[in-house]
Amino acid sequence: MSGLLMRSLDRYAVAFFVLLAAVAILVPLANLTLPAGHPLHVSTYAVALVGKYLCYALLALSVDLIWGYVGILSLGHGAFFALGGYAMGMYLMRQIGTRGVYGHPELPDFMVFLDWKELPWFWHGFDQFWFAMIMVVVVPGLLAFVFGWFAFRSRVTGVYLSIITQALTFALMLAFFRNNMGFGGNNGLTDFKDILGFNLQAGTTRAGLFIASAIALGLGFLICRMLVRSRIGQVLIAIRDAESRTRFLGYRVEAYKVFVFTLSAAMAGVAGALYVPQVGIINPSEFAPANSIEVVIWVAVGGRGTLFGPVIGAVLVNYAKTYFTGALPDAWLFALGGLFVFVTLFLPQGIVGAVRQGWGKVSRRKRSGDEPAKPASQAAE
Amino acid sequence: MTSTGISRLFPAVLAVIILALASVAPVAAAEADLAPLVQEFSNRKYDPKVEAIEKLGASGDMRAVAILKALGNRDLYTMKSGDRVVLARETADGMAISDPVTGEDLGTVPEKALQKIRLNNRMRRTISAAIGTLTLMSPDAAIRGDAAESIFLSRDDDDLEVLDAALAKETDPDVKLLMEQARAAIVLENGSPDEDLIAAIAVVKSRGDRDALSVLTGLANGEGPVAEAAKEAVTGIENRLELWGAAQNVFYGLSLGSVLLLAAIGLAITFGVMGVINMAHGEMIMIGAYVTFMVQELIRTSAPWLFDYSLFIALPLAFLIAGLIGMAIEHGVIRFLYGRPLETLLATWGISLILQQAVRTIFGPTNREVGTPDWMSGFFKLGELTLTYNRVYILFFSFAVLALLMLVMRYTAFGLQMRAVTQNRPMAGSMGIRTGWVDKLTFGLGSGIAGIAGVALSQIDNVSPNLGQSYIIDSFMVVVFGGVGNLWGTLVGAMTLGVANKFLEPYAGAVLAKIFVLVFIILFIQKRPRGLFALKGRAVEQ
Amino acid sequence: MTSEQLAAGSILYLDNVTVSFDGFKALNNLSFVVAPGEMRAIIGPNGAGKTTMMDVVTGKTRPDEGDILFAGHTDLTKLDEADIAELGIGRKFQKPTVFESHTVRGNLELALKTDRRVFNVLFGATRADEAERIDEILETIRLKDRRASLAANLSHGQKQWLEIGMLLAQEPKLLLVDEPAAGMTDAETAETAVLLREIAKEQSVVVVEHDMTFVRDLGVKVTVLHEGHVLAEGSMDDVSNDDKVIEVYLGR
Repeated sequence: MSGLLMRSLDRYAVAFFVLLAAVAILVPLANLTLPAGHPLHVSTYAVALVGKYLCYALLALSVDLIWGYVGILSLGHGAFFALGGYAMGMYLMRQIGTRGVYGHPELPDFMVFLDWKELPWFWHGFDQFWFAMIMVVVVPGLLAFVFGWFAFRSRVTGVYLSIITQALTFALMLAFFRNNMGFGGNNGLTDFKDILGFNLQAGTTRAGLFIASAIALGLGFLICRMLVRSRIGQVLIAIRDAESRTRFLGYRVEAYKVFVFTLSAAMAGVAGALYVPQVGIINPSEFAPANSIEVVIWVAVGGRGTLFGPVIGAVLVNYAKTYFTGALPDAWLFALGGLFVFVTLFLPQGIVGAVRQGWGKVSRRKRSGDEPAKPASQAAE
Repeated sequence: MTSTGISRLFPAVLAVIILALASVAPVAAAEADLAPLVQEFSNRKYDPKVEAIEKLGASGDMRAVAILKALGNRDLYTMKSGDRVVLARETADGMAISDPVTGEDLGTVPEKALQKIRLNNRMRRTISAAIGTLTLMSPDAAIRGDAAESIFLSRDDDDLEVLDAALAKETDPDVKLLMEQARAAIVLENGSPDEDLIAAIAVVKSRGDRDALSVLTGLANGEGPVAEAAKEAVTGIENRLELWGAAQNVFYGLSLGSVLLLAAIGLAITFGVMGVINMAHGEMIMIGAYVTFMVQELIRTSAPWLFDYSLFIALPLAFLIAGLIGMAIEHGVIRFLYGRPLETLLATWGISLILQQAVRTIFGPTNREVGTPDWMSGFFKLGELTLTYNRVYILFFSFAVLALLMLVMRYTAFGLQMRAVTQNRPMAGSMGIRTGWVDKLTFGLGSGIAGIAGVALSQIDNVSPNLGQSYIIDSFMVVVFGGVGNLWGTLVGAMTLGVANKFLEPYAGAVLAKIFVLVFIILFIQKRPRGLFALKGRAVEQ
Repeated sequence: MTSEQLAAGSILYLDNVTVSFDGFKALNNLSFVVAPGEMRAIIGPNGAGKTTMMDVVTGKTRPDEGDILFAGHTDLTKLDEADIAELGIGRKFQKPTVFESHTVRGNLELALKTDRRVFNVLFGATRADEAERIDEILETIRLKDRRASLAANLSHGQKQWLEIGMLLAQEPKLLLVDEPAAGMTDAETAETAVLLREIAKEQSVVVVEHDMTFVRDLGVKVTVLHEGHVLAEGSMDDVSNDDKVIEVYLGR
């Protein structure tokens, strides 16, 4: 175990952690300690924005774990993200207490509005932070487990799997839009006040959430890194490259897939849970199929089958989105659509893959020795 | 006659009936001038007015019906100066008056200038009887039928005698049946002896519709032979209505199925036959709908008389434009991604975003109005079914498109080449088939069909840049459910899902029904990953 | 012998196995028996059911009817691919299938007979005796020099050998080999025959092959399949003199 940990921490991984730690410390510091006029001051808005990017990066990492390493293209990971978000949102709703518009001690405003008399059974326990945090992992994980159990055992693969994951998130979106589901319908959950007693609007709370997101991303990265470097990771890549060969060697392919799919969904759930308090709202549109596909393009841009790729991709694409929607809102969908086409046609290995290939050529010229680690090729087939 | 206010007033005086019977027969005198009779209403006394009403009733002139109704509704006045009888209607500026016979507009006068024509009960009865005579004994069977129908609904005892008289004369079996039913409905409520009631129940039951049900339900509560008979009749009708309700649901389901089928047929080509995951398929449908919009705009501005043909003009255009765009996509992107389905999925998703945004930029983000030609508007009844023309046309249109496509696949050289290329590309290539071109044309065909679907769907859906998005998941579900590469499967898949959806809706509501169907398909695919009509064997697995 | 006795003494026993795809019978009452330690060659024209036969034995396809017994008692028709592989049946595909993003050594490590359940694989590392076994196999399949190469960079013939090596690492009791000589040079083909004969010393092997010279080189009992059932069985010489065989296959 410790050997695996050491093997996972090569110099690139260490560099990643150092960079992440620097961001986690410097950004909140620059926000809290420097005065607003200072050239290095980071606005609270920017802290929330970068915090959001970190959550997206964790989500992208979870998609990459199954797409890049096992070849399962999920078009429904937004569902797991949203479920984690809803679990956190339910906790935050219960924290509002009597400060809601209707001042009901137990029922959230939207339930009072719908004239409900008591809390639905599935809302119980969410007043406890620990319970909510368990649910953040368990609910998406359980859904992924059940879904994966059925899907992978019946050998649903490739585009079929992609399409039914898309149908899954679409069905969930329709369900959450309904008022009687008990999750606030259209409007979702919002107007949060505080988390663990800390005011959500306070700069220090935001800094705390920011650091928590960075830690979650770091942990997610480490877990993925250890996983793909372990023997299990070798089996996963084997499944990606030649599924039936792996099966005929005696590996229970479906068990491996269910395991990774569940782990990945739980990671997505954590990302969603950290996302919600930073943006202040969770609503059914998070389940929209378009959102899930967008995550896939972050991974593709950064480079699937690498762990740095999705992080880089998530941050870059989302930064571009922030820029475009501010400066040229009409052009954003053109840019995003173009990105999908460009990356699949010209950058199949993403940025990290392209850099590695370039680097591989250089280093081969220097010393014609061992082949460079070839990036995962055409993971999807 | 449809005004229940008036038909409730149907009184019947034997003398009047006899008079009516005597005078209606020579209807030849129908074109008599009504004006002098109407002018009689200005008389202060009641007798001349009653006489005038009776004469109007005997005139056989359908214009008299409207005049009598106006009189019954107290819309007829006399001018204080000159005693002329006019039809007056309240407006903001005063009373708008017109001639009751010719309808000629006579301008607006202050209310004070008019005197309402007074009625007594005898007059009211006479009016009803006269209207009954005019309609129930009208030479036009449709008018007689309508009259019987409205008596059925009002069930006024006063109408019984007119009705009996009319029944005695009636020769048209359909109208006679309606009249008998109306008579039975009255009998049921006027305290007749039990035997008559039981006979009447049987007659009313024969209608078998919701109105018959409401007549009988009241009788079914109680004891005795009448209540028993009524109960039995109610159950009979309820069962019948339930069947019709199911049939109506089947129609709604087939209609939804035809929409799904239209949306999915193109996909059955691109995905089913070529194996290309085209996420921009929905946008091809959207383009078809916008082509329809543009064609109609052009017609509106330059050739309005063509409007009824707008859809026929839009069909080939939509096919061409969507098909060409599809071929351009194949040429520019998909061609390089054959054998990499997941990449194709992502790239075409990107294209769909671009197309949506392009349409949004050109036509704006809001819904565009696409008109419905006259021949597609309205509805007709088939038994208890209400069928709207646009849904019926779309149902048949979807079958026609599917049939045409199957013919193309089976009997044309292009269809043969297409099948050859999809089955064995290298072999087809070595036999001189230009596989690249066949791919392009096949994709163009699939896209073009999506464009055609867009023309049809523009008639029942909002034409907005998001139009395609709402169809893409459903279309994939249909193709996957039916079995990839099998057009029959697509047909059965679409219809099954459509009908299933509509049968779940009454129990679960529209949204839950959709969710159930989606969950069902998700489970189904896991049970039979290759769909309903799966191709089995080694070749499929590669 | 009764069928029970036949089954009991066999490593692989097929009795009246039928598989149909949309009415087309890929296997039609196929019956044959392979003895422990035997090497058997299966030949037949295209569409004779050779690959389908492998599919039903390895659990990829379920037969519509018939029995398939392994080592005399285990009913293979109830098990899936992973179960059957664990029992000790290895399969080599027609098209060489190796893990292209793994090294040659990595491929063999994955194939080694170890615990394959998810959580036991999670933190496992290669043990010393395993490393030794891998070296042995590398020697056998003549890929010792290429152990650190990515499998993707091997030649076609080397990939075939690597796949055979992976089967050896699995330590199966029965090997099913589908067209091992396809796409090989003559020299490679000859060497593959040697390799298979070496393997057959310890394991039962069923070879499906198209290449007649290769089958002759193997010098083993031959089963001829035609339209899903056994047409003839015997030595290569017997079979090639059989009128029916000549008519449907060799004669043309």
